[in-house]
Amino acid sequence: MRNFEIIKIENLAKRFHMGEGDFTALRDINLTFSKGEFTGLVGPSGSGKTTLLNIIGSLDNPTEGKAIVLGNSVSELTHKQSAVLRNFHIGFIFQTYNLLPVYTVFDNVEFALLLQKHSATERQKMVMEALDWVGLADKANSKPAQLSGGECQRVSIARAMVKRPEIVLADEPSANLDATNSHHIIQTMKKLNRELNTTFIFATHDEKVMQYLDRIIHLKDGMVEKDEIMPELKTKSHVSL
Amino acid sequence: MLAFKFAYKNLIGAGLRTWLNVSVLSFAFVVIVFYNGMLDGWNRQGRSDTVAWETGNGQYWHPLYDRYDPFSLQDAHAAITSEAEKLVKENQLTPMLITQATAYPQGRMLNVMLRGIDPNQKILLIPSASLNPQNGEIPALIGKRMAESAHLKKGDHVLIRWRDINGTFDAREVLIIDIFKSNVPTVDVNQVYIPLTTLQEMTGMKKEATLLVAAATLNNTGIKGWAFKDTKFLLKDFDEMINAKKGGSRILYLLLLSIALLAIFDTQVLSIFRRQKEIGTYIALGMTRAQVIRLFTVEGSAHSILALILGSLYGIPLMLFINNYGIPMPKSADQAGVAISEKIIPFYSFGMLVSTILLVVISATIVSYFPTRRISKMKPTDALKGKIQ
Repeated sequence: MRNFEIIKIENLAKRFHMGEGDFTALRDINLTFSKGEFTGLVGPSGSGKTTLLNIIGSLDNPTEGKAIVLGNSVSELTHKQSAVLRNFHIGFIFQTYNLLPVYTVFDNVEFALLLQKHSATERQKMVMEALDWVGLADKANSKPAQLSGGECQRVSIARAMVKRPEIVLADEPSANLDATNSHHIIQTMKKLNRELNTTFIFATHDEKVMQYLDRIIHLKDGMVEKDEIMPELKTKSHVSL
Repeated sequence: MLAFKFAYKNLIGAGLRTWLNVSVLSFAFVVIVFYNGMLDGWNRQGRSDTVAWETGNGQYWHPLYDRYDPFSLQDAHAAITSEAEKLVKENQLTPMLITQATAYPQGRMLNVMLRGIDPNQKILLIPSASLNPQNGEIPALIGKRMAESAHLKKGDHVLIRWRDINGTFDAREVLIIDIFKSNVPTVDVNQVYIPLTTLQEMTGMKKEATLLVAAATLNNTGIKGWAFKDTKFLLKDFDEMINAKKGGSRILYLLLLSIALLAIFDTQVLSIFRRQKEIGTYIALGMTRAQVIRLFTVEGSAHSILALILGSLYGIPLMLFINNYGIPMPKSADQAGVAISEKIIPFYSFGMLVSTILLVVISATIVSYFPTRRISKMKPTDALKGKIQ
């Protein structure tokens, strides 16, 4: 499996207007991510983890520098191009699941495929396959309100994975889960990472998640403090740092 | 199509709030259709009654005749030409001579129009056949309203005074031979019908007429010396009155519609305020802002589609029931001075239904769209956090 570079971040800075001044959320960020990585952005609250994920996910633009995702400079994309990038190439997993409450599990997972205009037969097949990956095929007709937190997060994983994106961005995916569920969903993602060679980038400060990561990028005050490649990864892939 | 699918699911998922909005809008829709249907029904009945009782399929007027100016009657009469006479014989035209007169029922004085009508005419519904010579007495026919206001009944005698062609006053008693009932007050109020030839003799206007009423089968070929007035012209007053009524009714149903639309607008504003996280999720999943705006707009305007369906569910049976029995008009409506039946049968034209549906759908779409413009200014990252923007 070729592990080429799919995300490149160069001299990136992000500042927010706060009252009369600016708050610097990120500065001097230089990172690259390769295909198939299972990486965590780790740091305390306010360290810039979510901001960096949002920029990689093309939900936000850098104030300075560049974020190149799958060959696209995020700041140069139009709204429409950003939407296409997210729809076809990036999956999101949120701390609070962000499932659409009036839709069934099947509908929630199917959503991205509808936007991609797959046929009904294709959608049915792909959604059921994704629900199989997370072990929720039997809950396809349930509404999110009928599921536990762990099940909701697994639906969220299926929704992110159903379109087979190159990148999955997970923002504190285990923060609302107990230890058992946390391990379960991280193991599910790890399995998908290995089987589908999808790049996973986490924003987390959960120790339980960290033990599964191949690479840990420590952020502090908006800067990369440390970029660690975990021993297992060093032996099996070529990560450009 | 995608927006419709999502919008439908969101609407149904919203539960009671959706159904409250839909109920109010459906009520407005049914009231608008019913009110317009009632006015259109009245319009149709009124027009057809006026044509049947008064105007015929148009009239040929003496050039000096002015229906709003009784003074014009003195000069607005002329001999019926041979060309017109031929059409009269073929029952294509019926002549009418009109003159001012004064009636003295029970010693009181009442200004009336004395109308000479051919007893054998079949063009108007006025029961002129009853105007047969009565042992030297002049038979007269009046309407129910006239009978009530003058306290006259069948078999009464009433003194009538008129001026002849030379301006000389003359007076004679006429016998009320019959009292007819008509929905058209203008053929009734202060009108006295006597045989045409009798009036021609009384006024010295032999073989003359003021106007000639055309039958439905007559195409306007033009008669020399007479000005043709079509039904559009003759029904102008009635049409203006219906239009004025429609204008007034619009205020009522625009108020109703505004209440319903305000509820939709309010729901939209609330939705966008409360569903920011959902909006952020849509964007994260790959929807463009324009698609999200479209989704929320369709969702808001879909209230109108559901309202049309709900309104049809209870509105159609209700309207069919009303159409079976008609809407009874109060007795006082008889004195309103306009053609009005005892019962109005609403009429729902295709055009009226389509225009009402369009009005409801388009206005619901517009009020649904305005609040959604906020979405274009939303930052997806803040929306995802559910931050108030």
